Amino acid sequence: MSPIVKLNNVSKSFGSLHVLQGVSFDVAAGSVVAIIGRSGSGKSTALRCINGLEKINSGEITVCNHHLHHDVTRAQLRALHLDVGIVFQSYNLFPHLTVGQNIMLAPRWVRKQSKPEAREHAAEVLRKVGLAEKFDAYPEQLSGGQQQRVAIARSLAMEPKLMLFDEVTSALDPELTGEVLKVMESLARDGMTMVLVTHEMAFARGVADKIVFMHQGRVWEEGGGEMLSAPQTPELRQFVGNGL
Amino acid sequence: MLTTFQMQALLTAAVWTAGLSLIAFVLGGAVGLLIAVMRVSANRVLRGIAFTYIQIVQGTPLLVMMMLAFFGLSILGFDLAPFTAASFAMVIYSSAYFGEIWRGGILAVPKTQWEAAECLALHPVQRFWLVIIPQGLRISTPPTVGFMVQIVKNTSLASVIGVAELTYTSKLINNSTFQPFIIFSVVAVLYFCMCYPLAWWSRKLEDKLNVAHR
Repeated sequence: MSPIVKLNNVSKSFGSLHVLQGVSFDVAAGSVVAIIGRSGSGKSTALRCINGLEKINSGEITVCNHHLHHDVTRAQLRALHLDVGIVFQSYNLFPHLTVGQNIMLAPRWVRKQSKPEAREHAAEVLRKVGLAEKFDAYPEQLSGGQQQRVAIARSLAMEPKLMLFDEVTSALDPELTGEVLKVMESLARDGMTMVLVTHEMAFARGVADKIVFMHQGRVWEEGGGEMLSAPQTPELRQFVGNGL
Repeated sequence: MLTTFQMQALLTAAVWTAGLSLIAFVLGGAVGLLIAVMRVSANRVLRGIAFTYIQIVQGTPLLVMMMLAFFGLSILGFDLAPFTAASFAMVIYSSAYFGEIWRGGILAVPKTQWEAAECLALHPVQRFWLVIIPQGLRISTPPTVGFMVQIVKNTSLASVIGVAELTYTSKLINNSTFQPFIIFSVVAVLYFCMCYPLAWWSRKLEDKLNVAHR
């Protein structure tokens, strides 16, 4: 299958801090790729570069046939965001809107769906994440895990071709983490292409088709789930050694 | 004690005070929103204009603005009725303060909200009006209502240009009855009756709207 995301020698620095130093990897359509690595290894930055939240300094990223260079325009970014959804660690739901309104906002204003249409669609994605009964609740009335599932539903409602997950369970306790991971697993089963930055090694091993281990702004090692059991580099050995 | 006629005059005057306040709320609020938006705009010229406007208005006593609007403009050939001139001054005065209060609220909305809206492919204008502004105004609710109380009280300055509002009328009655204690006590109660509901409403709003920041 042709890759839906392709990073080619991508570099990014914040001032004198070189966060990404020539990162390259592919994501095949319909696959799940997990990016793992220590804090500060550049994994979240790599993810944010994929949907243009951070501009890259050099190299090239191709995402769903959109090409991102260092001089990407606003219109290009907007077109990109129509195809790529992202879920954040801190959920970032709109606190002044109900769950249903959060989900319907973009479909109504961007996709120009009629209200009944958007409503039906929102109810459907909410069912998918197991929160059908929370349509009229406000985000603050939900637990962290529920809020994160609403955030996933909000992204899903735009029918993205690719979904990015930026440490989506890092702020949750183990029980709530489980309910969010279950939703992500079902998305993977439905064939959604997903790139996730995660600290959940068991989840990465179980669900991801490919694991990318980043270290010091570079792709240090990549491979299937078995890579975690047989690390090739001392850095990965140490990294998984701490977790397993 | 006050006669029925005097009481009626005071109540009528209170209606003018309320009307002047209402004009400042509505028109001052509309202009203030425009100023706030200009103040956080990416355009340097718009930002500069809004900044200058706020500085000038905040640095000028409302009393002076009242007189400028009434006497000053009439010299320039705009002969405004006292109430119109007072409304004009109140709108300018309140818009600058509303603008500055709301600017703070808008800037207090976390950057991640902008990002989330951007990632949903919302147009920059939609991000601003659908996601940022509602939250910014919510954050600003307590200072906004607090300032509305100030507006009600400051309408009393319109008395200097002869608007028959509460303060002006009370002085008039006092001049003929010489019962300052009674008259001004009644007037104070009337002002209080207009301001207290606002303060009460502010507390209610704080409880209800600040769901985002609990």
